[in-house]
Amino acid sequence: MSEALKQKIQTAFVEPGCATNVAKSESERKKGCAKQLTPGAAAGGCAFDGAMIALQPITDVAHLVHAPLACWGNGWDNRGSASSGSELYRKGFTTDLSELDIVMGNGEKKLFRAIREVIAQESPAAVFVYSTCVTALIGDDIGAVCKAAAERFGRPVIPVNVPGYVGSKNLGNKLGVDALVEHVVGTMEPATVTPLDVNIIGDFNLSGELWQVKPLLDRLGIRILGSISGDARYAQVAMMHRARVTMLVCSHAFMAIARKLEERHGIPWFEGSFYGISDTSAALRTMCRLLVERGAPADLLDRCDALIAEEEARTRAELAPLRPKVEGRRVLLYTGGHKTWSVVSALQELGVEVVGTSMRKATDGDRERVTDIMGTDAHMYENMAPKEMYKMLREARADVLMSGGRSQFVALKARVPWIDVNQEKHEPYAGYVGMVELVRAIDRAVNNPMWADLRSPAPWEMSACDATDEPFVLSAVPGSKADFEDC
Amino acid sequence: MARLIHPDRALSTNPLKVSAPLGAAMAYLGIEGAIPLFHGAQGCTAFAMVHMVRHFKEAIPLQTTAMNEVSAILGGGEQIEEAIENIRKRANPKFIGIASTALVETRGEDVAGELREMLRRRTDFADTSVVYAATPDFAGGLEDGWARAVEAIIDALAVPCTRRPGQVNLLPGSHMTSADVEEVAGLIRAFGLNPVILPDISLSLDGHLAEDWRGHSLGGTKLVDIATMGGSIATLAIGEAMRPAAEKLAALGVAAHVFPSLTGLKAVDAFVTTLMKLSGADVPATVRRDRARLSDAMLDAHFHIGGLKVAMGAEPDLGLALGSTLAAMGAELTVVTTTGSRAAERIPTAEVIVGDLGDLERAAEAGGCKLLLTHAHGRMMAERLHMPHVRAGFPIFDRLGAQDVCRTGYRGTRAFLYEIANAVLSHPHRPRPEDFGAARISPEFDHAPPPPSHH
Repeated sequence: MSEALKQKIQTAFVEPGCATNVAKSESERKKGCAKQLTPGAAAGGCAFDGAMIALQPITDVAHLVHAPLACWGNGWDNRGSASSGSELYRKGFTTDLSELDIVMGNGEKKLFRAIREVIAQESPAAVFVYSTCVTALIGDDIGAVCKAAAERFGRPVIPVNVPGYVGSKNLGNKLGVDALVEHVVGTMEPATVTPLDVNIIGDFNLSGELWQVKPLLDRLGIRILGSISGDARYAQVAMMHRARVTMLVCSHAFMAIARKLEERHGIPWFEGSFYGISDTSAALRTMCRLLVERGAPADLLDRCDALIAEEEARTRAELAPLRPKVEGRRVLLYTGGHKTWSVVSALQELGVEVVGTSMRKATDGDRERVTDIMGTDAHMYENMAPKEMYKMLREARADVLMSGGRSQFVALKARVPWIDVNQEKHEPYAGYVGMVELVRAIDRAVNNPMWADLRSPAPWEMSACDATDEPFVLSAVPGSKADFEDC
Repeated sequence: MARLIHPDRALSTNPLKVSAPLGAAMAYLGIEGAIPLFHGAQGCTAFAMVHMVRHFKEAIPLQTTAMNEVSAILGGGEQIEEAIENIRKRANPKFIGIASTALVETRGEDVAGELREMLRRRTDFADTSVVYAATPDFAGGLEDGWARAVEAIIDALAVPCTRRPGQVNLLPGSHMTSADVEEVAGLIRAFGLNPVILPDISLSLDGHLAEDWRGHSLGGTKLVDIATMGGSIATLAIGEAMRPAAEKLAALGVAAHVFPSLTGLKAVDAFVTTLMKLSGADVPATVRRDRARLSDAMLDAHFHIGGLKVAMGAEPDLGLALGSTLAAMGAELTVVTTTGSRAAERIPTAEVIVGDLGDLERAAEAGGCKLLLTHAHGRMMAERLHMPHVRAGFPIFDRLGAQDVCRTGYRGTRAFLYEIANAVLSHPHRPRPEDFGAARISPEFDHAPPPPSHH
């Protein structure tokens, strides 16, 4: 690992904006935020993966991965960040280094040519070049190549130095965003600025979630000037320094950029979430308050309150008819960070019982929130081994699992409904409308008549008196409440 | 029970229904050495033949009695005699299946009586079995014509017979493809039972290349086997339309089991239960494995089928088979069918329109349907409403291999669920800001103009 990168990683582990980090001892802090990986028990992505998660949704940029095929060949086109503009970010660009390239030390030359070709082919707003394990190991200086290419081709070419071996996905998030701070933020000026310009950082616009919230901002006259990274254009990253307020969407990993924007450009920031009703309202209130403090017209606060009152009432009205369909269902949440608590209160309001929520990747603050909302910490658990989870679900101690794709089949093979709440999901659940969508998804999942059929015994498992050769009965009329608990 | 809606209108737009004589002809083609013969004007036959040629991609040996102006007035008995004579000379079939059309039925011709009299007189026709089914175009559809033909065959050719252990009768409905019939036959055989299949289009309309040219059907149920059907231990009829045929065999002492459908986990379970009882045999490992694989397919597919609004246009038995399978996966159905049969009433949805594709198009649009399930004539509607179109039923003339599509049994159900889910996946919904009422992001940030919206 280069000295510079080592240095950078060490600084990434010091985050004055993060209470958890500040509370740590010097030696603990050096270990970084994420848990150290255990060989033989590690799962999940690497630093490169984390950087890609953070930056790849920037839509009009060519994301060029300097690596042998595996890094991006196996990784591209697997996430659902939606774009309302350019589709360039969805193309997979890599230098696809061969054995010969590596042995002969052709990496840098090939990278330079690849940058030239991608600019000629796609005319991107910028090229983001990602280094990876192999290209870092063979000592390719992507910084120098990017600099030379930028001068030669007159286009921003941004090095993102994130070899996978340096650490976890979380660290990759930090390093990725760090590259933006270093090379992009502040390099362009907006044509106009208004007192209602905001930055939104750490929303990925999965399946269009940002657009579920944007109409609320539209109605308040708030403009998203700067964005990392859902539906963001390169220019929006470059102009971030002119916004009035930064909203950090539930990501400690992105805290550094919010803090640096405050330090360098005096832009205040706050953490907020668009998951769940109360969190959405709180985020809007905080945003408006901070904008007014920075000179926006004071009536913004009243307009914000009126909007929230109207939207909350409408959401509750839309949720009411769904209540009987989900009431009494027991949900097991297996996710991380803010999601451990942000939807819990809204679900509880609908009579959904949250039988457990995992504390993976959760901070002390997250823990407190969970305890507050659920009244007890009895339902928190750390990692759950798949075998254990399978057993729990098979014994029907929960009616539905909400998690990411990796535990999907633990639930399904246990014949239990599953709802995707992770980054690969295909349904947007943000803001007020998203909450209604989420409850609909729960209804659709747990009340699908398929479960009753699936859990029924095979003909050869039935005792002679159960077995009937009467032609099948059509129990599956849509809209009827399937009672799989009877099985 | 679905409420049957009969639209109050005189105009039919884009017919869903296919005529009954065509159904009868298709059933007759499932008999070995057969030539179906339409008793009517020659146009009836031409349209039906073209329809079947386009669907099966095979030469279809369909003949006509070619009623003319004179016989239309004076009666067509002689036309039948002449047709049989000519067909025998040219193709030497073992079996001629006659289906009447609207013309002769409107005349009120006593075809059965005249035929009986004529066959008594023409002893030289003795080595050709001649069967007649009344299938006027104005009553019922393909499903009914097929069923009437099977009933007519049983009436004419099945006789009381000594018990044949292990033999069962299989009466597949018109909604089953060659591959469907083959699948069910395989399932029955896996239990050590020996099915006599009537009609057996899996041997005649399965799309195989024969070693010679034949002027009649390329295979199918053997006439000698039909004669033994009265000795089987049970009749397994697939589809409500086949109930009367099963009852005719019951009159010969063969227990009737009618299965509304063999698509969907519960439906196949019921069938397997019956096979277990009839055979007393152990359930083969392959069947157990197929059920386990279907269960897993249901899990994988329910994400895409749960809550899916499906517009379905199909004859009652097909509609019940596919509709109940989809509803059991959480789909919501908007249904148009052809006739108000008992099966139509059992399609799991609140209302079933007895109508045409025009009705379906209006209902699908009003109901916000996301997928179309009907025969090939639905393709223009699918284009207009921007829906994926899964083809099912008859005719399917704009795809190859319609006879090969199997949606029956555990395996066929699995394939069907994947087919529907994949059709959904092939029309991905790419969200846009305007879906949620959001304004476009200011164009000043754009590096290049955005590509056109592709919904």
